[in-house]
Amino acid sequence: MKKLINNPNDVVDEMIEGYIKAHPNQVRRLEENKRSIVIASETKENKVGVLIGGGSGHEPAFMGYVGRGMADGVAVGNIFASPPPEPIVEATKAIDKGNGVVYIYGNYAGDIMNFGMAAELAEMEEDIDVELVVVNDDVASASSEEKEKRRGIAGEFFVTKAAGAAAEKGYSLKEVADVARRTNERTRTMGVGLTPCYLPQTNEPSFSLKENEMEIGLGHHGEPGVEKGELQQADQVADRLVQDILNDMAMSNGDKVAVLVNGLGSTTRMELYIVFRRVEQILAKQGIEIYRSYVGNYSTSLEMGGCSVTLTNLDEELISLIDAEADCPMYAQL
Amino acid sequence: MTYTIENYKQFLYAVIEMIEKEKDYLSELDRKLGDGDHGVTMSIGWQAVKEKLDNELQNERDGGEISKVVAKTFLNAVGSSVGPLYATGFLRGSKVLKGKTEFNHSELLDFWIAFGDGIKERGQAEVGDKTMIDTIQPFIQSLREKREDQSFSEIFDQALVSAENGMLSTKEMISKKGRSSRLGERSKGFLDPGATSIYFILECFQKSLFSVT
Repeated sequence: MKKLINNPNDVVDEMIEGYIKAHPNQVRRLEENKRSIVIASETKENKVGVLIGGGSGHEPAFMGYVGRGMADGVAVGNIFASPPPEPIVEATKAIDKGNGVVYIYGNYAGDIMNFGMAAELAEMEEDIDVELVVVNDDVASASSEEKEKRRGIAGEFFVTKAAGAAAEKGYSLKEVADVARRTNERTRTMGVGLTPCYLPQTNEPSFSLKENEMEIGLGHHGEPGVEKGELQQADQVADRLVQDILNDMAMSNGDKVAVLVNGLGSTTRMELYIVFRRVEQILAKQGIEIYRSYVGNYSTSLEMGGCSVTLTNLDEELISLIDAEADCPMYAQL
Repeated sequence: MTYTIENYKQFLYAVIEMIEKEKDYLSELDRKLGDGDHGVTMSIGWQAVKEKLDNELQNERDGGEISKVVAKTFLNAVGSSVGPLYATGFLRGSKVLKGKTEFNHSELLDFWIAFGDGIKERGQAEVGDKTMIDTIQPFIQSLREKREDQSFSEIFDQALVSAENGMLSTKEMISKKGRSSRLGERSKGFLDPGATSIYFILECFQKSLFSVT
């Protein structure tokens, strides 16, 4: 795979360097740790901090979502690898305003351990209250009986959006965490992979699919999915993804949802809107109202081909949070 | 027998060399089951350890201090899941080696048992989940079942056989932990990369015993 990089070992640090130089009014890197990035402007007095993080290679997730109305800080890991506790703790110290910090991260063994260790350190050594919110929206990664095993993928965007807006509105630590957990509870994602991604250091494909194959439920690090099948047209793929979500999360006539049709890296906007078109048709037929739509690359896997569909079943409070303004280098909503 | 701080450093350097040699193989194993970066991750971590050994640890002779620096360096270089796991192993081991420049039979035993118990506790996985615990659990169990008349080398060799059998057993297992667990039946037929790399590390330790008098 051709890539515009220098030394493969330097991709993460060079990306961060470019990012902070490009958006100096919005984000800054901490001197204490080169993998800790926080919001550049002064945040509101007494505001609860929102900290996100995870492996690199998912841009705009996660560092692209630091900004007003979203996260206050991010810890950046190596490619597809959780950050260690140190950058998490440093970012926590930088964004805490005395009312605690909520950590939002995906349900992966590495993230669980590193964010868990960081929270212990922040509480023990820095006396900062931390609430942990683990996102697990990926329907394909485990059955509904084993929901606690499910991974976090694109749905983390909505969880961050809700938590970020809640913190901006002055919610308490517990309230921000509760809103984030409820958003996660009401969010489901299903994805499909068409072409693999290539880790910069190995330049090997993360999986192999034949020209006429697709993989349903593919993980967003290229972990194999639940089922390989013959490549189908956009409408059939969208039908399958939405059906799997609705089978898992019952919704009824009159429900309002936020929809995210997310590109995995190399899939065009053209394709994503073709998929969205069908998603809208299916939901309309069931009487489910699309309250707000997001179409584009929100959580990628390097140059992987394919997309995911995320639905969040909104309630009145979540509607007000999803409507709130946000202003980040890689995402803005006015 | 006396295992010295020089032997311990040789062991760590042997691990660094082994990881560079095996990193493509480890990543290849991981591609079957996960995101294909296990070799890369191990290499990033152990290269960071090498940097410390070559510089600030060059004159360090306290086994506990060295283990602690190895733990923190590895953790902060990689994060991931192997970061906290190996860091916990070395931190627990560092308590046993604290203040010592030579380690006797029972200290070495205690070191490896503390190392293995630490990883088990941090990872919360069970035998049969297709993780590094499948190598570690039979290894420490075998160390605990030692007989009084056995030399440390004999005990370790025996434990290494148990570790190898544990590693090999992951091939036919269905993954229950980590990213590969989503594969279900499809995870069968491949060795777990984490179970494999810890076995290679234990093998390096065995080799470091050869030069001990």
